[in-house]
Amino acid sequence: MSKGADFPAVQVNGVGMVFNKGATGEVAALDGIDLTIRAGEFVTLIGPSGCGKSTLLRLIGDLLTPTAGDVSVFGRSAHESRTGQDYGMVFQHAGLFDWRKVKANIELPLELRGWSRSDRGARSSEMLGLVKLDEFGDHYPRQLSGGMQQRVSIARALSFQPRLLLMDEPFGALDEMTREHMQGELLRIWGETGTTVVFVTHSISEAAFLSNRVIVLSPRPGRVHSIIDVDLGDRTPDTREDPDFFSAATTIREALRSVGGAE
Amino acid sequence: MNTRRFVEQARALGPALVVGLGGFILWEGAVRVFGISEFLLPKPTSILSELVAQWPVLRHAGWETGRIAVSGLLIGILAGATLAMFTTRFRVLNEGLTPLAVAVNATPIVALAPIFNAWFGITGILSNQAVVIAVVFFPVFINTAKGLTEVHPDEIELMHSYAAGEWTIMREVRIPNALPFFANALRVVAPLSVIAAIVAEYFGGPQDRIGNVITSNAGFARYDAAWAAIAVASAVGLALFAAALLVERVSMPWRLAVGGSDSNNNPGRET
Repeated sequence: MSKGADFPAVQVNGVGMVFNKGATGEVAALDGIDLTIRAGEFVTLIGPSGCGKSTLLRLIGDLLTPTAGDVSVFGRSAHESRTGQDYGMVFQHAGLFDWRKVKANIELPLELRGWSRSDRGARSSEMLGLVKLDEFGDHYPRQLSGGMQQRVSIARALSFQPRLLLMDEPFGALDEMTREHMQGELLRIWGETGTTVVFVTHSISEAAFLSNRVIVLSPRPGRVHSIIDVDLGDRTPDTREDPDFFSAATTIREALRSVGGAE
Repeated sequence: MNTRRFVEQARALGPALVVGLGGFILWEGAVRVFGISEFLLPKPTSILSELVAQWPVLRHAGWETGRIAVSGLLIGILAGATLAMFTTRFRVLNEGLTPLAVAVNATPIVALAPIFNAWFGITGILSNQAVVIAVVFFPVFINTAKGLTEVHPDEIELMHSYAAGEWTIMREVRIPNALPFFANALRVVAPLSVIAAIVAEYFGGPQDRIGNVITSNAGFARYDAAWAAIAVASAVGLALFAAALLVERVSMPWRLAVGGSDSNNNPGRET
């Protein structure tokens, strides 16, 4: 058993976040957030814009430091987890480096951890297989479509087998068809790797299709409005036409409506 | 692959060669037909014969001026790029220096040449070199600093998520990101270094440099020889511009692979 297996993946205690505290542009982004995410869970953060969902993700990832409360990841502080390189991140913008070939992009976090060239090569080939881009290792990112770039970004985030994957609207810039395809791929990868995923989205159907649990946030300042359990079993393309899927989506939609965020 | 690319490039050069050659023929014809006097516009053939006759002098002058331009260019590039890295790393420096550099860059620096002659003497190469360095430094500094700082915030966050330090971010993200900006500056400053060297030479100094060869020949109404010297100067400028393009290609293979920066929308292959 790996270290920290007895701890929840993410524990958020009374977290608040105020930007520009004491200054003229003071904004309370989050207030009194308590949250526990179990190891291996797929949790989605959803809410209207301004609810602080991306901020919460960045607090978990220690890219921001909370002004109140604390965050721990697998029993360690978020800061220790970041410096210990415990998690991978995927953004809406694939964020691949143009100057590195696809393979070298996937190997970047491994390089930073001092892996040998042969180990890196073996792992990046494996990752390319996982995201079904075996043929594209020697391409440059700009030679790939948006969906393919995002798959490389996921492969990069998973290359060092992080126990926690933080995703900030990773499919937000993709067209509907590509998006649904990528959601299926992500669930397959999640199933194969057993990693814990925290996923930010503003799409109701995406939240319903992907998650074990959906955290609905209310805006200004962001607070946890409700937590919705979703149990759809193994997802297949048919799941999207399943009545349970629709009822989960309806529950999420109603929660969002009550916080003033339904589109 | 490489031969094909070579053939494609040769073919791309074709029209320019035809137009250039046609231009010379028109020029020659116009001077002959309209009887334009040689001191207003010498015939290309007169310039060419002067180029051959004066070749030892011109070659030497081209070398001397080229030496000043290239050394000034290299020092200016090195200084500009290095300072850009420091100012990116230390914000206070950046906020203080960048607006100042932009302002100085907007001033006609070559106008300083006579002052530099007084400061650094007119017998050596230092005063003319200083003009070249000053002219090259600012565009390189400003562009490189822009490329080092204009990085997508997600890319910086990503590096932070890997617990990468500032120096690693500089090496892995900022410097490669700045390369296209730096290359743009190179394209501008490479020919500019020759211009700066020659204009600086107009203000005096040893007589064996292109600028002085042009002014003294023009002074004696030997316009064909002056034009021959200008041709040498153009050749040096073109050579440096070509070198800048080569550096651009060699340092950014990914741009070549995607056929330039304009092809970021490749056909999707999603199913």
